[in-house]
Amino acid sequence: MTFASIIIQLLNGLAAAASLFLVSAGLSLIFGVTRIVNFAHGSLYMLGLYGAYTLIQALGRTPLGFWSAVVLAALLVGLAGVLIEVLVLRRIYRAPELFQLLATFAVVLVIKDIALFVWGAEDLVGPRAPGLSMAVEILGKRIPAYDLLLIAIGPVVLGVMWLLLTRTRWGALVRAATQDREMVGALGVDQAKLFTSVFFVGSVLAGLGGALQIPREPANLDLDLAVIADAFVITVVGGLGSIGGAFLAAIIIGVAKAFCIGIGTVTWFGFEISFSKLTLVVEFLIMAVVLVARPYGLLGKPQALQRLAADPAPPLTAPSWKIALVWVVLLLAVPLVADRYVTILLTDIVCFALFAVSLHFIMGPAGMVSFGHAAYFGLGAYAAGLLFKSAGLPMEAALLLAPLCAGAFAVVYGWFCVRLSGVYLAMLTLAFAQISWSVVFQWDSLTGGSNGVFGIWPSAWLADKTTYYYLALACCGTGIALLWRVLFSPFGFVLRAGRDSPLRAEAIGIDLRGFQWAAFVLVGALAGLAGSVYAFSKGSISPSTISIGQSTDGLIMVLLGGVETLTGPVAGAAIYTWLRDVVARHTDFWRAVMGGVILLIVLLFPQGLVGGLKALFLRWKEQRA
Amino acid sequence: MSDAVLQVEGLHKAFGGVQAVADVSFAVAAGEMLALIGPNGAGKSTCFNMLNGQLAPDAGIVRLAGRDIVGLRPRAVWRLGVGRTFQITATFVSLSVRENVQMALYSHAGRLRALLQRFGAVFRAEADALLAQVGMLDQAERPCGVLAYGDLKRVELAMALANAPRLLLMDEPTAGMAPKERVALMELTAGLARARNIAVLFTEHDMDVVFSQADRIIVLDRGELIAGGTPAQVRANPKVRAVYLGSAH
Repeated sequence: MTFASIIIQLLNGLAAAASLFLVSAGLSLIFGVTRIVNFAHGSLYMLGLYGAYTLIQALGRTPLGFWSAVVLAALLVGLAGVLIEVLVLRRIYRAPELFQLLATFAVVLVIKDIALFVWGAEDLVGPRAPGLSMAVEILGKRIPAYDLLLIAIGPVVLGVMWLLLTRTRWGALVRAATQDREMVGALGVDQAKLFTSVFFVGSVLAGLGGALQIPREPANLDLDLAVIADAFVITVVGGLGSIGGAFLAAIIIGVAKAFCIGIGTVTWFGFEISFSKLTLVVEFLIMAVVLVARPYGLLGKPQALQRLAADPAPPLTAPSWKIALVWVVLLLAVPLVADRYVTILLTDIVCFALFAVSLHFIMGPAGMVSFGHAAYFGLGAYAAGLLFKSAGLPMEAALLLAPLCAGAFAVVYGWFCVRLSGVYLAMLTLAFAQISWSVVFQWDSLTGGSNGVFGIWPSAWLADKTTYYYLALACCGTGIALLWRVLFSPFGFVLRAGRDSPLRAEAIGIDLRGFQWAAFVLVGALAGLAGSVYAFSKGSISPSTISIGQSTDGLIMVLLGGVETLTGPVAGAAIYTWLRDVVARHTDFWRAVMGGVILLIVLLFPQGLVGGLKALFLRWKEQRA
Repeated sequence: MSDAVLQVEGLHKAFGGVQAVADVSFAVAAGEMLALIGPNGAGKSTCFNMLNGQLAPDAGIVRLAGRDIVGLRPRAVWRLGVGRTFQITATFVSLSVRENVQMALYSHAGRLRALLQRFGAVFRAEADALLAQVGMLDQAERPCGVLAYGDLKRVELAMALANAPRLLLMDEPTAGMAPKERVALMELTAGLARARNIAVLFTEHDMDVVFSQADRIIVLDRGELIAGGTPAQVRANPKVRAVYLGSAH
């Protein structure tokens, strides 16, 4: 690379960093004060892009029209953020952290469909910035003037944020609440107002980040989850709650990505290395390295004080054998009375039930929340498909070996993950899932790229849908029974104990990390089994089995059913899969309906469906007694 | 003192520019109750955390039955026979009282790796025996998350006893308890220590407890040991009086 092209890539990277920084700063601000991991933050960014697109059309393609549209779009997104805070989140600040997360997932679904309804499914290409559409020549290369402006906007916003946070009363409150939220409440500050204002500012930043991208990037419906993944990475690399850290991380990642594109394909020692394909992975690699070296991010501090920690988890009760037996008999009998369609749906449900139970195992009793559980499901599915198609193994062997492959990945990923805890751990799991997704998505020659793998059909004796359903039931049912059994073994007790008090576990001679690592591998393998069974039931697999969407589906299933009961995740998987199927057959806007249903459940049953029904049942029994 | 269970020599720890513990040396013999006292911020907890490996000392030697244990992790120190209770109780809140003690027993026996065995049946009788000793058997089924603070301290004591320790480290074992309970818990501890020949090192703010239960007392002030001896000697020591009552007295 020449000096000139290095400078050019640097400028490209800095321009890309500007929007990343704006989104991440907003996310960081909101997390710092409210402790909510706002999955809908990427959706706000997406709304910023769409909003700017429409407003520019309305206000005209003049410099004045363009810039008023950008600012107006950002402010409107800020109002949308306020709406989310007031209508949804404010009602559940006292609910368990994970339930707030579920609510923000629901908001993602709703916003995606609102965007689909208003702007349609086509990508919308925005105009260039009027007056800035020319290019500036630097060292013989042409750089769009707009990019140079973006490079300047990042530090300007950083400066404004710094002034806001250090020179105003509002800023002092925000910083105080980031350090110790309860103390600020105890001092008589109106928390509701503070939270709403923080949501407004954070959302404006997300909206501005989106709106500023309209000349560079078409508005499309996949931006929400793509951007939230980027924003998570940046906030975590920079350190949660640190605006300066977000700035630094955005620059590092923006520049690293630009260089990957700039370097292109290089041949080293006879190996061809495609750096441009690394762009999807590089930020997650940076994150993994940073988190292992500095568990709280570059400029982050250990997580703030939280006196009113969530209530201790209630004791776990084992499911009754009799009730389980009744369910098994019922499930065995279904194909005798139901049609083919129901059998296929049930096969899906059974796979997702094991997926959800394995996720629940790690995030509930073991206390390690995973945002990237689809990694193991998807890798299991791909392992099954590739062992069958490319390696030419018999279907039965592929089906059973695939979980071991998924488990092998969990050995590697888990080793890093158990070194962290809390939100940082969750983000690292997401990073590994995204790395897996990117590799699968781009490795055309092996995985078929975005098309996936086709023609993965079960052996003749299993080809009948009913027979395959019984196979799925046997595999996944055994998996679920195994996981539940392990929870009541000494090994499972160690995991629960470690969640309750790592300090005490260490003080009675337990090497907790070793157990947590083993738990990662166990659930990875079983999620892989679910993926493997799923792959052969569908006949084909695509990268979406590893996507963030699949991971959040799993989280929704677990949280919907309730993280505090064993049977909750199974019920959640069944209800979510069934409901999605039913709703999707009636409307294109199934996401909005699902999101609405989830929000309703979140607001009515803050302990999840099964937990909520249990509480209702207990109350009813008390009243009768 | 060659028969000392715990021997500490020249322990140092600084946090930034603050010397939290400076040149502290003492020893505890088997069956002895040694109280470590001092005003708030004297360095008692820092000292404690260095003894069981939670915190690495800047300098100094910690010998357990003659073996240097500096640099070992807390879990390794525990395996050498050191039980610990915390200033702010740390128990497994979602597990029952009995299960908490069973965890410690399982860990002591090195049998936690079993994946398919049922947890509940093994070590049940042993756990109940320990719970009976600390007076918690009647609450064995309750989850630790709902217990009163004083009861949690008892559970911690039972867990600390589960690995047949040679040394008990108790950081403010009676903080948060009613005055009557405090003396009762420390009487219980003293009885167990003498019966099983366990060395006990404890910090305590309640001077009634200290002067009635400790065999010996050492006094820490601003990171340094300023006095040591029997309760009567310490009570008479002018330096101690100055620290606790102010130099005007």
